[in-house]
Amino acid sequence: MTLTAFRSFGASLAVAAALMLGGAPAHAETIAVSIDNFTFAPNELKVKVGDTITWTNHDDIPHTVVAAGKFRSKTLDTDDSFSFTFAATGDYKYFCSLHPHMTGMIKVE
Amino acid sequence: MSHHDHSDDNNGVSRRKVLECMTWAGTGVLWTISGGVPRSLGLVDAANAAETAGMSFLQISDSHVGFDKPANPNALGTLEEAIGKVNAMPKKPSFMIHTGDISHLSKASEFDDADRIISQAKLDVHYVPGEHDFLDEGVKFYKERYGKGAKGAGWYSFDAGGVHFIGLVNVVDLKAGGLGNLGAEQLEWLESDLKGRSKSTPVVVFAHIPLWTVYPQWGWGTEDGGRALEYLKGYGSVTVLNGHIHQVMQKIEGNVTFHTARSTAFPQPAPGTAPSPGPMKVADDKLRGMLGVASINFKMGDQPLAIIDTPLQG
Repeated sequence: MTLTAFRSFGASLAVAAALMLGGAPAHAETIAVSIDNFTFAPNELKVKVGDTITWTNHDDIPHTVVAAGKFRSKTLDTDDSFSFTFAATGDYKYFCSLHPHMTGMIKVE
Repeated sequence: MSHHDHSDDNNGVSRRKVLECMTWAGTGVLWTISGGVPRSLGLVDAANAAETAGMSFLQISDSHVGFDKPANPNALGTLEEAIGKVNAMPKKPSFMIHTGDISHLSKASEFDDADRIISQAKLDVHYVPGEHDFLDEGVKFYKERYGKGAKGAGWYSFDAGGVHFIGLVNVVDLKAGGLGNLGAEQLEWLESDLKGRSKSTPVVVFAHIPLWTVYPQWGWGTEDGGRALEYLKGYGSVTVLNGHIHQVMQKIEGNVTFHTARSTAFPQPAPGTAPSPGPMKVADDKLRGMLGVASINFKMGDQPLAIIDTPLQG
């Protein structure tokens, strides 16, 4: 099985699990955040519980996506992505642990 | 030899010349301790000044072994060229310091490649880590290879040629919205390391991210760097050597001289001149010409800085 196939299989499992638990709304979305020129764009996002954000690094320098105590990506090299599905409401401030001046915010309603 | 000594004309360093120097991706900076005051020399200048008395040492930085993006598809090759220049020097420096970002992604193969090339200089190398050296799971590789006998995340001190050298780590536990970070434990260690030391001892502090605030918008500074400098007040000669910003910047403040070294891998833009501090792509035929040595002679006191450019080619 290729890595890509494995990933999408894992993602379907996660979606299926969420549906079975009944915790996620019917129209959960996946929203992209782009890492370009040492910034997260869009820098601030409002999403719903159950939505997934996928960050993709387009810089020639590695970055990370970290919200203390909430989520932490591995080091993202060029074109690498990291996804996180928000299961609870709240304000999620996050930053790049390598370049801490890079910050962003996800507001989950 | 191309030679511009800006202290001769009493006009200080011209803006044009400073900017020119900033765009140079050099190979190394040679430091020589003469009368207790560190001065930097270009590699070629140093070669021509083989009679230089006292101890000299070399600083290299930001090798980024593994980097293969357009700004320099062969960062290992340019590191090898830098080491070649070191080997061509008629008078060997006593040792080398590496101010971090040895690797690009903290892969074992990248550290292996870096070691294979750097060891060809047959010099002791004193390392401090950059943020690119702490990316592996568990942050093991750097500590296993370079951190033996060091404290905490890799800080330590040693004495050579009558100078006290202090290697600091400011790339760990960075806080959202902040800059480089030393942390309370390291600052306590620094205070005790300096306790009882004669104020006439020249001190060289080296760390990856600049200890002084170069450009906070790009994270180029150290949050608690000022606290480290507090402990160094009263010392006659303090020299702070950093990397991270891939260009030469310097400042003299009282007893402290700050200097950042070039990268051996790729240049980065001068503060605020580009949308981000990422690798700066220049024309392929220009990159080689830019891989030269620019050396900085400085004098204590309120003398203007003297900058000497010595291209390797052209």
